[in-house]
Amino acid sequence: MRTGVETSKPMVGRRVGLIDGVEKVSGRADYTADLDHGPALVGRIYRSPHAHAEIIRVDVSQALALSGVIAIITGDDCDTPFGIIPIVQNEFPMARDRVRYRGEPVAAVAAIDDATAERALRLIKMDVRPLPAYFEAETAREAGTVNLHDDRPGNLEREVHTEFGDVDGGFKTADLVCEETYDCAEVTHVHMEPHASLAAWDVERGRVTLHSVTQVPYYVHLRVAQCMGIDGSQVRVVKPFIGGGFGARTETLNFEIITCLMARAACATVRMKLSREETFLTHRGRPRTRVRMKIGMTNKGKMTACEAQVEQTGGAYGGYGIVTILYAGSLLNAIYDIPAVRYDGFRVYTNTPPCGAMRGHGTVDVRHAFESLTDAMARQLDLDPFAVRRANLLTAPTRTINDLEVRSYGLPQCLDWVEKQSDWQGRKGKLKPGKGMGMACSHYVSGAAKPVHWTGEPHAVVNLKLDFDGGITILTGAADIGQGSSTILAQVVGEVLGIEFDRLTVIANDSRVTPKDNGSYSSRVTFMVGNAALQAAQNLKSILTEAAAVKLDVSPGDVECLGEAYAIAGQQGSEIPFNDVVTQALVDTGTLTVKGTFTVPREFQGGKYRGAGVGPSMAYSYSATVAEISIDEITGRITVDKIWVAHDCGKALNPLSVEGQVQGGVWMGVGQAISEETRYFEGLPIGANMLDYRVPTIVESPHIDVGIIESIDPNGPFGAKEASEGSLSSTLPAIANALYDAIGIRMNDTPLTPDRVLAALAKQKRKAG
Amino acid sequence: MAKSILRLTLNGMPREDAVTDNTLLVDYLREVTRLTGTKMGCDGGECGACTVLVDGQPRLSCLSLATSCAGRHVETIEGQVQGGALSPLQKAFHEKLGSQCGYCTPGMIMAAEGLLRKNPAPTDQDIRDALGGNICRCTGYVKIIESVRAAAGEAE
Repeated sequence: MRTGVETSKPMVGRRVGLIDGVEKVSGRADYTADLDHGPALVGRIYRSPHAHAEIIRVDVSQALALSGVIAIITGDDCDTPFGIIPIVQNEFPMARDRVRYRGEPVAAVAAIDDATAERALRLIKMDVRPLPAYFEAETAREAGTVNLHDDRPGNLEREVHTEFGDVDGGFKTADLVCEETYDCAEVTHVHMEPHASLAAWDVERGRVTLHSVTQVPYYVHLRVAQCMGIDGSQVRVVKPFIGGGFGARTETLNFEIITCLMARAACATVRMKLSREETFLTHRGRPRTRVRMKIGMTNKGKMTACEAQVEQTGGAYGGYGIVTILYAGSLLNAIYDIPAVRYDGFRVYTNTPPCGAMRGHGTVDVRHAFESLTDAMARQLDLDPFAVRRANLLTAPTRTINDLEVRSYGLPQCLDWVEKQSDWQGRKGKLKPGKGMGMACSHYVSGAAKPVHWTGEPHAVVNLKLDFDGGITILTGAADIGQGSSTILAQVVGEVLGIEFDRLTVIANDSRVTPKDNGSYSSRVTFMVGNAALQAAQNLKSILTEAAAVKLDVSPGDVECLGEAYAIAGQQGSEIPFNDVVTQALVDTGTLTVKGTFTVPREFQGGKYRGAGVGPSMAYSYSATVAEISIDEITGRITVDKIWVAHDCGKALNPLSVEGQVQGGVWMGVGQAISEETRYFEGLPIGANMLDYRVPTIVESPHIDVGIIESIDPNGPFGAKEASEGSLSSTLPAIANALYDAIGIRMNDTPLTPDRVLAALAKQKRKAG
Repeated sequence: MAKSILRLTLNGMPREDAVTDNTLLVDYLREVTRLTGTKMGCDGGECGACTVLVDGQPRLSCLSLATSCAGRHVETIEGQVQGGALSPLQKAFHEKLGSQCGYCTPGMIMAAEGLLRKNPAPTDQDIRDALGGNICRCTGYVKIIESVRAAAGEAE
């Protein structure tokens, strides 16, 4: 029984494990493939062996005749295209008329077991007329190519051209203008849980229930209804435990719709488990990006202008492509004070698996180019790279030349922290041969200010349910995918009400129960959903305070909330327990459901030019990173010995979680810097497994020291901003800059694999010799 | 394929099940015994998510036939909870945030459990060596090492 009356310890700022952590460490957490599926059929997808071809015929007759095959569907079963961006819905769940990449779904089988489904796949026949295929942006853009999509001549999904300030004038006033080209390989998420979904078709009612591995249940809900041609009210989407996402699951994926279509065709429940290879094929990763970066600088390191040309090899369908190419340009700004910035972006369709959003969406490769070139220019000017960054700091609050609002800015403190912790001034240039140190900075949005779908609704809604038992249930559509969003929401609610975790339950999420949320992308949840939770908790606190006032027979202004008790302010012994207050609050009304909402005000939603909607956010996180590496000149292998990273997250609602997110993001950057890249042979993925796609193991992963900088954003919940994406992008250039420090070679292209490093060393030797 | 009777000890309890000779241990655990804590993260032998202990030794259940465990003791993540209490490793992974999305966690904890039974006071290098076959995509491994270290410290 609860008798304690002392005010609770603060929930915000507490280092605490995840609210669903016990389930995860005990094996009780049910992920999609773990769900009790009853007598479900097995779903399997037949995929195109062709990179680009017109479909003449898909013959499923032999497969359908196989005993144990219940249903087979093809592109003929769904003529409604889908896609995350409303204006670029050019993908069908299964290809119709044309296939555009090897591995694209063409048909799907529902059978009584795996072996039968597998046999059926081998009996499907596909006749095609091959078309020329293009695997790189360069070739896809050449004159005379066949267009992947009829409405996009030259295979350009989107061209972006923006210019702010006097760029040419800026270069003229510069003492040094440098230009370099950077080529960053395509990378992919490799979330640990392979894709899976479970769809149940309710034959009598014509309804579908889908459990799936999504970061965006709401978008999945919309597209499933759209492609099935049923009313949204007949769809239920449930998100079980999710084994990571990193952006892969921020749009509706073909297999999710296919599973639903199959369940309806088979009048049954269908479970779909994609292999790791198929999970690679589903992709939506970071596109191969070529950046031509030009920066002008004075002798003192002040940046006068920047010009960037970016070309992304986007894959076969639209996905988030437009957003990715816009982010690449807009976030050239909002980190330094650069008076003039020109950007030309080209997003190109190719016959490879579609790219999409990946941690640090659109910004990572461009930041690599910018910070690498800045480092090279600092060397040329004989300036310390820290000094160059300090010469270009913003002063918050400010509105950037491209209309981004910066209200909190902890970059100066980030620089101070990593400089001191790494003993940069004491150790730089004095390391043993074969060792080097490099630094770089980065930033990221705390939630996209403009949602993908414009509906006029708030950006976030949270419901709190309080019932007779005194338990509070937080109902949210925000998808916890392992980043800990449910824990953060519980901390926010607990902080406002002064209560502990044991009174709180988070349900996230089930579309039948939880309010709509745009989902877990653009690092929006802590900021936006956190603010909605904050408001909901304040609303509930007002109700409880009024109930306590009745009970205590005073006015609400005289009531003091002590968390687990309420009392007359300043009057010892007047405390009444929480449950008595709840009982009073329910008189005449019964179970309470209290709502909180959050809307990004208009002034934060960006400017009025074309493409202005991507980049604006209410707050930006800032990071500074120092990497120390060793290089083995015999093998060409880079070892990242240590990383120091300072991250301005506004306010660390859960410092343990902030550290974990920053370490994870930085480490993912280490992988992209030294070993990760997808590889294709004529569009055929040749490394679609976790041995050939080199995610760093624990053996080759460095210790990562995290400094938390709290700039207390005026609009974040308790001052909080994003903590998961921003620090990734400074990792690549910090490592590349450290490589230069170690061996005097600038390697612009990532990843910095041993073969590339050896080739660069050999070239250096030839030049010297 | 014909089935035969598999007799083994699973998390301390004797069991008998009819399985085909080609049933993988991971499928036996997940589909037959419905212990779904053991995860499948790859297409075989790439990621370590399916690690269990067989007679105290870490083993990839996706590369092991169920019948190869006849007469042996198989331990999974579910068996680590004793009398309702988390094991020192489970507690540490929870409290130190060695687990984010949690998908690699069962395999990671079982591999670490195998290490601590052999070597109750491992160095960081010992931990890295023992967990080298277990991929985690969330943590960057820093808090995994801290979790194992904390669990080892508690057990001492």
